[in-house]
Amino acid sequence: MRGRLALVAIVFVVVAGCGAGAQSAASASPLTGSISVVAAASLTAAFQVIGGAFQKLHPGAKVQFNFGGSSTLVTQIKEGAPGDLFASADQPTMQKLVDASLLAGSPQVFAKNKLAIVVGAGNPKRIARLADLARAGTVAVFCAPTVPCGNYARLALAKAGVRVAPVSQELDVKAVVSKVALGEADAGIVYVTDVKAGGSKVQGVPIPNSENVIASYPVAILKGTHNTQLARAFLDYVVSSAGQTTLAGFGFASP
Amino acid sequence: MRVPNNRSESPLPLPLGLLAGVGAAFFIFPLLGLLVRMPWASAWLKLTSPTALQALRLSLLASLSATALAIALGVPLAWVYARVSFPGRNLLRALTTLPMVLPPVVGGVALLLAFGRRGLIGGWLSDVLGIHLPFTTAGAIMAETFVAMPFLILTVEAGFRSMDPRFEDAARTLGARRWTVLWRVTLPLVRPSLVAGAVLCWARALGEFGATITFAGNFPGTTQTMPLAVYLALETDPDAAIALSLVLLAVSLVVLVALRDRWLGSA
Repeated sequence: MRGRLALVAIVFVVVAGCGAGAQSAASASPLTGSISVVAAASLTAAFQVIGGAFQKLHPGAKVQFNFGGSSTLVTQIKEGAPGDLFASADQPTMQKLVDASLLAGSPQVFAKNKLAIVVGAGNPKRIARLADLARAGTVAVFCAPTVPCGNYARLALAKAGVRVAPVSQELDVKAVVSKVALGEADAGIVYVTDVKAGGSKVQGVPIPNSENVIASYPVAILKGTHNTQLARAFLDYVVSSAGQTTLAGFGFASP
Repeated sequence: MRVPNNRSESPLPLPLGLLAGVGAAFFIFPLLGLLVRMPWASAWLKLTSPTALQALRLSLLASLSATALAIALGVPLAWVYARVSFPGRNLLRALTTLPMVLPPVVGGVALLLAFGRRGLIGGWLSDVLGIHLPFTTAGAIMAETFVAMPFLILTVEAGFRSMDPRFEDAARTLGARRWTVLWRVTLPLVRPSLVAGAVLCWARALGEFGATITFAGNFPGTTQTMPLAVYLALETDPDAAIALSLVLLAVSLVVLVALRDRWLGSA
């Protein structure tokens, strides 16, 4: 008897849930309902603040985030993962969605980022430039060459004319920072914003512009969006001066 | 697959059969999904790429070494749990099986905090003995052992417990020494559990991802095992990722089926 009751309860919840979903989709008046923003992991902190401010501005709207490595996210979107807006850490990754005709508009660059050398707090190995990473006894970790940050690191080292053998090719930029923060590696090449997000256990060594690589972050509305108006409004907020000020606070440069 | 079965076939109640069918389908459909998407035409090329072969070789080496290590250390531990009663035994058993429920990435961080350059004993290991574990193949083997050994410990302990101790008593009364009893009586009697535990442990080690990437990092030929190679390939070349996964699955399936028939009967 109890089992049957539970079953009835489940059916009721499922039906009620479906009803609510259909309702909110039907009444998609401006700036109500919810959207899901799929964004590169390096945007995590900045977008959470932007999302909070946006929701305060529009109390009827709800913004949810799905953060991850840009390439992983593209794979998920191609496989049908739901989402209304996609922000990528580089343009080639966004281009994959353009090629797959999965965007509802053309991508728009909203932020720029550049590389820095991440070292432990106090810079115990006294690393001052990229060439120092090649010194004997310096344990370096980079992103894998197939991940955007790894590709950029490769380009920067080539510009500096330095050859470095890393001990590990990490799967994403946060992993590089955490290996340095834990003290297992002496240095890594990451984005300026990741050094900032890494807290007090790490610090950054700037890379001069002549050896640096500038990453452009594009954002676009996905074809599968259920709430174009809200997605558009969020995109507009990100490129607005309020959004840009927040991004700058996390170390991003404006486009 | 003809296996003697002593139990009589029981009639299958319909609801049970239906649920069992759904249960089986739950596992079969994802595998079918991989098979359907398998790029058969280019599969051979992708599988024989140097990266894939290197990863496969390293995965076999690391998972087999981890299993050997787990047998060497885990069987004695299981024996102690089954035969020696001491205060704190349950707590110790829980601690040594914790990696089964711990998110593997957390396990990897814990390994770093113990055996890393600044870890509890890792600093001593590297300063005094010159042994560096993170970012090495030894580190990858350790990470896999950490996550996989609990499966062996639990299985073998159950084997020791369900064994009839009178066989050992008989051997001893007939004059066999303790080591002889262990080698000639006890271990042969728990062989099914030992094999089952070792296979479970090996399968878990082969698929290990989180602890390995965290503790040992990812470098082709040194620490990049199949699961790491699959993950990276998924981002750039999904076809290669699917092909690699199917090889991993095929190897595991052959071993699991073969061992079950050979040693475990149809139980």
